[in-house]
Amino acid sequence: MDVPVSEGKIKEMEGIANNVRVHIIQMVFDAGSGHPGGSLSATDIMVSLYFGIMNHRHGEPQWPDRDRFVLSKGHAAPALYACLAEAGYFPVDELKTFRKIGSRLQGHPDMRKTPGVEASTGSEGQGLSMGVGMALAGKLDRKPYTVYVMVGDGENDCGQIWEAAMSASFFKLDNLIVIIDRNMLQLDGPTNKIMSIEPLADKWRAFGWNVLEANGHNIAELLEILQKAKHTKGMPSVVIAHTIKGKGVSFMEGAVGFHGKVPTEEQFKVAMAELGAKA
Amino acid sequence: MKNKWDFEPQRPAFSRALVALGNMRKDVVVASADLSSSVGTSAFAQEFPERHFNFGIAEQNMISACAGLATTGKVVFASTFAIFGTGRVYDQIRQSVCYPKLNVKLVATHAGITVGADGATHQMIEDLALMRALPNMTVVVPADAPETEKAILAAADYEGPVYIRLGRANVPVCTAGKHCQDFEIGKATLMRDGNDVTLVGTGIMVAKCLEAADELAKHQVSARVINLSTIKPLDEKLLVKAARETGCMVTAEEHSHVMGMGAAVALVLVENAHVPMKRVGIPDSFGESGEPDELMEKYGLTVDNIVDGAHDVIKRRGR
Repeated sequence: MDVPVSEGKIKEMEGIANNVRVHIIQMVFDAGSGHPGGSLSATDIMVSLYFGIMNHRHGEPQWPDRDRFVLSKGHAAPALYACLAEAGYFPVDELKTFRKIGSRLQGHPDMRKTPGVEASTGSEGQGLSMGVGMALAGKLDRKPYTVYVMVGDGENDCGQIWEAAMSASFFKLDNLIVIIDRNMLQLDGPTNKIMSIEPLADKWRAFGWNVLEANGHNIAELLEILQKAKHTKGMPSVVIAHTIKGKGVSFMEGAVGFHGKVPTEEQFKVAMAELGAKA
Repeated sequence: MKNKWDFEPQRPAFSRALVALGNMRKDVVVASADLSSSVGTSAFAQEFPERHFNFGIAEQNMISACAGLATTGKVVFASTFAIFGTGRVYDQIRQSVCYPKLNVKLVATHAGITVGADGATHQMIEDLALMRALPNMTVVVPADAPETEKAILAAADYEGPVYIRLGRANVPVCTAGKHCQDFEIGKATLMRDGNDVTLVGTGIMVAKCLEAADELAKHQVSARVINLSTIKPLDEKLLVKAARETGCMVTAEEHSHVMGMGAAVALVLVENAHVPMKRVGIPDSFGESGEPDELMEKYGLTVDNIVDGAHDVIKRRGR
């Protein structure tokens, strides 16, 4: 069994999550484009994975036995890059190059350019299938690793997600864990107005998955639920993580407009102040 | 008289090559989409059940999952009909496989109009256009069964994505015997030398080019025949040399005129050796049900079409 995570460790991870949010705002502001809303909603989940759950080596990104994280909702790249930089895969300073010509940090994740990026994603719906392939290889080679895939809630509109979901339970991939960033919003508006995905838990259950739910902004709870998912045998697990789009920046929270919008200079300053950082 | 060919389908050759690879290499895995018995992956599945994954009628998932398998160092062969393995999954091939240049080999069977009676919905005649537009993609069209076997083995050793196009019908064995050549991805092969015109064939049309060369010889026309088995990257050197030495060229492919092999060759000639050229291929249209031979005739893919094309370019060259 896993050792309970100390309060000090949780505090430390909350601090990292705040740093990641600061990086996200700075990156998107510097680049003049990018997706702040869905990056901020995904932050606590990714920090839980990279700093509390996953077995990985920043100095050896290709270590064969590493746990894998696939960001199927590739537009949340700023959150992924910030986590990788905080974890030591590349200098934090490099985050400044995000979306700039010649950068290793492309607008959407590129596994050939960025150390630590496991899959090239950005066209919604494909990352879960890639995770299925990685998990199949893990089973075939009797490797100890677990594959984590983060899927957006809007991404559940994609037919390929359900093709992948069907195959993962059929192949009994208990080394595959999906986390759904359930922030209730997609680009055009609320998910229940654009294309409803409810009853979401029932759908995944019907596809043969062990379904868990968590507050996607409570790191202690996320760690507990993700551990539970990891110990489930014989079937894949999905964690529906309830989140708030734009979490951490008051005027971005729950705002559809900040899916792919850049804060103005005024808004940038307010956001940084709210996160306790210098603008 | 016409060549007396032995006929052999390509799929059993593909099937044999896969099993051979399975025995040689532990890193080779195979993916199917509910067509394993039709495409020929079922023999591998029987031999190596642990290394065969059937994804059902879900090609999008299959292609991206193959990409995931390839990230772990596997050499992945995915096989389905060309119609389902290209247009239906173009984005998955683009984003999951080609962009990260992963070791996924897509073996598309039942390509072209010779699928026959199933009709236009199953006759994939624009796959070469789609696949050759993709960066990092290599496109191979074996001429017959022996070349299929060689191409599959070569693809396993070749770094990056490869598209291999196979037909359904029995095809003349034209690369064996006196035309036996070493196969290498990216190299076209000279099947027959000649000085008056060059006939460039790919796939099932290579044998037809050889027959056309026999016909032309009766009229004292000496035709050079090239088997262009790799459509991308093109063997530009051999093509340009042939164009310069013979002064005119005919291409022949079982594919739409729109951006297929002939169009690819035309672009090379325009920039390097501007000679009269004729493309034998399927007009910009869908096919229909019928017997393969009837369809070849109706859609302009006969020996006569190639011979007529040769006379036409020779006349235009005017020497």
